[in-house]
Amino acid sequence: MNIVIIQYNAGNIQSVLYALARLGVEATVTDNVETIQAADKVIFPGVGEASTAMQYLQERALDKVVKNLKQPVFGICLGMQLMCAYSEENNTTCLDIFEEQVKLFKPTDATIKVPQIGWNTISNLKSNLFKGVPEESYAYFVHGYYAALGDHTIGTAQYIQPYSCALHKDNFYGVQFHPEKSAKVGEQIIQNFLSL
Amino acid sequence: MLTKRIIPCLDIKDGRTVKGINFEQIRDVGDPIELGAFYAEQGADELVFLDITATVEKRKTLSELVNKIAHKINIPFTVGGGIKTEEDVTVLLQNGADKISVNTAAVLDPTIINRFARNFGSQCVVLAIDIKCEEDNNWYVYLNGGRTKTNKLVMDWAREAVDLGVGEILLTSMNHDGTKQGFALDITAQLAETLPVPIIASGGGGNEQHFYDVFTQGKADAALAASIFHYKELAIPDLKKYLHDKGVSIRL
Repeated sequence: MNIVIIQYNAGNIQSVLYALARLGVEATVTDNVETIQAADKVIFPGVGEASTAMQYLQERALDKVVKNLKQPVFGICLGMQLMCAYSEENNTTCLDIFEEQVKLFKPTDATIKVPQIGWNTISNLKSNLFKGVPEESYAYFVHGYYAALGDHTIGTAQYIQPYSCALHKDNFYGVQFHPEKSAKVGEQIIQNFLSL
Repeated sequence: MLTKRIIPCLDIKDGRTVKGINFEQIRDVGDPIELGAFYAEQGADELVFLDITATVEKRKTLSELVNKIAHKINIPFTVGGGIKTEEDVTVLLQNGADKISVNTAAVLDPTIINRFARNFGSQCVVLAIDIKCEEDNNWYVYLNGGRTKTNKLVMDWAREAVDLGVGEILLTSMNHDGTKQGFALDITAQLAETLPVPIIASGGGGNEQHFYDVFTQGKADAALAASIFHYKELAIPDLKKYLHDKGVSIRL
């Protein structure tokens, strides 16, 4: 199977690559359009800031490439947020694959930290992406912005309010947490994506 | 629900895990890759690797070690020790570190915090602060692994660093480190209740009750310890079950 990780100015590309390696899976890291389009599965990672990432993608026409992919695409963290319509992070128009909006967490009291950093439970899990993953499993999150609940929500998490920890539409899947850092649960989810 | 984090810390010297008492008397406690993988398997929520020899010659050795750790471990880990430049950070992140921690270099040149946060994101910039409570009852910031006292008060430095963009603070009380008498609860709570970033409490964790106290009274978001895990005085699964049974939000 030909797995491609999209190379752009995202921070967790190596971590995703190593997570695949731990599962015995090789992947190609590239920003070459033909290689991305020819892949069986595409992983769209992401750690960073939305407007800078979108600008980087647009300059290389990767925004249109990602949006028009027909094979299974897996957005992780910022990758998932960029697949939404819009992000409040520096007022950024995103890829509009998912209509959901990305908003800033607003703490309700001084003890709530933003960004959320750590292990949180994932619930209301739908789709084959979560096959064999029990409700209320723990996943590792690092994010200050969240995708609101919507028609494409296939999993929820709770921080200040409930939000989408996973989205799905057609061949596009996204998770807010980091499966590459979420121990066995994360490995199961990556395996599930590779089996789609 | 977001959980409190248990973080074993591995001090690295010449590629081996070591542990000192009150920042001195260093002993070898094992292979960092094996030990890290063991802790991940046991349910550690994150790991911290601090290179306590960190010199220019050793940096390549450290990045190779980080690369091996990243290939083996499926939970997040932070690497610290002697990081001064963007290039240092780039090398560690490219080799698979999730976060880096800065300490002395950030005090000497606080602008590195801002540059690191802008280039790599606040989420991967951890500020380690070593503190000591002096006779005047104030907590002072120490540098160079606890060898050099400064006149900075911890709250002033922590606020400044948060404004510059640090994502988390790893607070080590030198008065408590290695004593196994419990964490510095008051100062940890002061920072945790004042600052908008997570506080990782470190120094003094000796038994299950100490961890319970630092999460409840100390308001810490995470607790870090080394020797009690290395010497198998406290097993992570037992600690986490204890905390969970006492109502602390914990990943089991």
